[in-house]
Amino acid sequence: MTAIPIMRVEGLKKRYGPVHAVDGVTFEIPQGVCFGLLGPNGAGKTTTIEMMEGIVTPTEGKVIFQGHPVGEDFRKKVGIQFQSTSLPEFITVKETLELFRSFYPNPRSMEQIIEICSLDDILKRDNQKLSGGQRQRMLLALAIVSRPEIVFLDEPTTGLDPQARRNFWDLIGKIKAEGTTIVLTTHYMDEAEQLCDLIAIMDHGKILELDEPHKLLHKHFEGALVRVPATDSAAAEEIQSANLDLTLKELLGRGVNLEGLSIHKPDLEDLFIKLTGSSLRV
Amino acid sequence: MKPFIAMFKARTMEYVRDRGSFYWSLLFPLVLVFGFAFAFNGSSSLFKVGVLGAGDPSLAFLKTEQVQFLTYTAETKADSVLDKLRHHSLDAVIDTATKTYWVNKESKNSSVVRLLLTRQEGGESYTEQQVTGQPIRYVDQLVPGVIGMNMMFGCLFGIGFVIVRYRKNGVLKRLKATPVSALEFVLAQGVSRFVIVILTSIFVYEGTNLFLHFMMKGSYLDLLLVMVLGTLSMIALGLVFASRFKNEELANGVINLVTSPMLLLSGIFFSLEGSPVALQWVSQALPITHFLQAARAIMLEGAGLAQLGPDLAFLTLFTAACFGLAAWLFQWE
Repeated sequence: MTAIPIMRVEGLKKRYGPVHAVDGVTFEIPQGVCFGLLGPNGAGKTTTIEMMEGIVTPTEGKVIFQGHPVGEDFRKKVGIQFQSTSLPEFITVKETLELFRSFYPNPRSMEQIIEICSLDDILKRDNQKLSGGQRQRMLLALAIVSRPEIVFLDEPTTGLDPQARRNFWDLIGKIKAEGTTIVLTTHYMDEAEQLCDLIAIMDHGKILELDEPHKLLHKHFEGALVRVPATDSAAAEEIQSANLDLTLKELLGRGVNLEGLSIHKPDLEDLFIKLTGSSLRV
Repeated sequence: MKPFIAMFKARTMEYVRDRGSFYWSLLFPLVLVFGFAFAFNGSSSLFKVGVLGAGDPSLAFLKTEQVQFLTYTAETKADSVLDKLRHHSLDAVIDTATKTYWVNKESKNSSVVRLLLTRQEGGESYTEQQVTGQPIRYVDQLVPGVIGMNMMFGCLFGIGFVIVRYRKNGVLKRLKATPVSALEFVLAQGVSRFVIVILTSIFVYEGTNLFLHFMMKGSYLDLLLVMVLGTLSMIALGLVFASRFKNEELANGVINLVTSPMLLLSGIFFSLEGSPVALQWVSQALPITHFLQAARAIMLEGAGLAQLGPDLAFLTLFTAACFGLAAWLFQWE
C-alpha cells in the first residue's frame, strides 16, 4: 500500500429534489487497496460510487483521479461493474468480450481474461443463458477488459449462492494481486472482512467511519460481546465485556439464567449495527 | 473505427439470430404481396368509361347497361383521367363538350367499347383519339407500398424501440461507462439497420418480382436511391423516439400512434384520391407518402430523378430535421 491516493473525493453531494442522497462525503483511496463502501439500502452507496465513476454528475464537490479532475482519459482507465446491467442479447460471451475489447486502445488478451475470470466453459454460450454466478463473472470480465487502474464493483455478489460468492472473491483476489485498486460496495460483512483493506460505513448519505477493519473494531469494541437471550421477565441484552470472568460472575450474581447465552468476538456486523442502528440486510 | 465495426457486427448478429423477428420481417411482406396479388386478381365484367363534360343526350352509348360510367367534374384534369385509360383502369374516355373519345390501343376492352360507341346512335359524330399503355395491376402499386411499410416498421421498431430497451435494461449505461461516444453507438445502430432494411427491401422486391413481374418503366438505380432516402428518413425518425424515452411500453405506444396513421394515410394499400382534402394534407406531411409517390412514379410512369424533385426534397429535409432533433435530444440515460 502506498501513500499516494489514486482517487480523492471532496465534499461530494447529490440531491434529488428534496432528498439528499449523498450529503457531503470526503475521503481518499490509496493506490492498490480494496476499498469497501458499506451501508444499508438507501444509504447512498450506489450514488457515491456512480459519482466516482463519472456516471452521475454531483450536485456539489469533486472527484480527483490521480491528482487531476476526472477528464476524457478516465473512461479508458476505469473498469465498472454496475449493480444491474443486461448484456446484449443473441450474442455469445466470447463475442461480447470481443465487442468490449474493441472499445479500448490496449485491451487485455482474450486468453488472459478467460483465465482470470474462468470463462472457458461458457465462451460459446448466449448471454441470455448464463446463470447468476456466470453472469457476474462475465460482468467482472467486462470491467477488467481494459486493464483498468481502478475497478468499481457495485454489490457484485448480491443474489449469488455461498459457493459462487466464494469463487467470486477468488477472482477479485487475482485482480487485486495485479495491483489494481478496487472499490466495492456490499451488503455482506463477511465479504468486506475477507476482501477489504479499508472500509467506509455510510448511512443517510454520510460517512460514519472510515479505517482499516481491525482498527475500527478495536476502536469501538473492547473484549467480547455477551448476548443474553430474552426471558419471560426480561428483554434480550447485549453486553460488551472487557473481562469475561467478571461479566459472567456479575450475571450469575444477578440470578440471570445462563442457558442460551452466547459469547462472540465483535465483527463488522456488530460494528455496523452499533453505528447505524439497523441490520445490514434490511 | 474498431468500436463502430464491432458494434455494427453485434447489432446485426442480434437481428439475424433473433429468428422470430428475422423470419417475420422477411416473410410477412412476401405473404402480403402474394396475398393481395391473388385477392385482387379478378377483373370486373363491367366496362368502365370516364365521362368529361356535361353529358350528351343524343349519344345512345351513354345509356349502355353493360358499361359503368364515371363522371369527372370540371376540376379534374383531363390528363389524369387519360392516365387511368393508359393504365387500363378505364376502358375509354369521352369528352361530350369536344365530341372526342379516347381508347387505349393495347386494351381489348377498349376495342369492344369503341364498337359499342360508334355503332349506336350519335356515335358517328365523335372523333377518336388513341393512347397507349400497359395495364397497371393493383399489385404493381402495392409492392412499393409493402416495401415502404416494412421500411417503416423495421426502422421505427428496430431503432426506436430497441434503443429504448437498451436504455431501460442498462445496456446503454454500460456503454456510457466505456470510451465509446454516443455518436459512434448511434451510427453503428443506424448503419446496421440501414443495411438490413435495404437488403430486405431488395429481397421482397426481387422475391415477388420473380413470380409477379412488376411494371418497371424507370431505372432500378433511381428506385434504389429513393429506397435509400426513404430508409434514412425512417431511421432518423426512429432515432427521435430513441433519444429520450425510458420505458418500452411508452415507446411502443408512441411508435404505434405514429405508424398507424402512416399505414392508413400514406397510400400504402389504397389511394387517397377522392378523400377529404384535410386527409390529403396530412398524407402529404408523411415521409412514406413521398417515398411511395417517388417509387411509383419511377416504376409506373418511368419518371427520372429530375421529375421527383419535390418528393426527394421533402425526404431529404425530413431526414435532416429528424437527425438534428435526435442529436439534440439524445441522452444515454
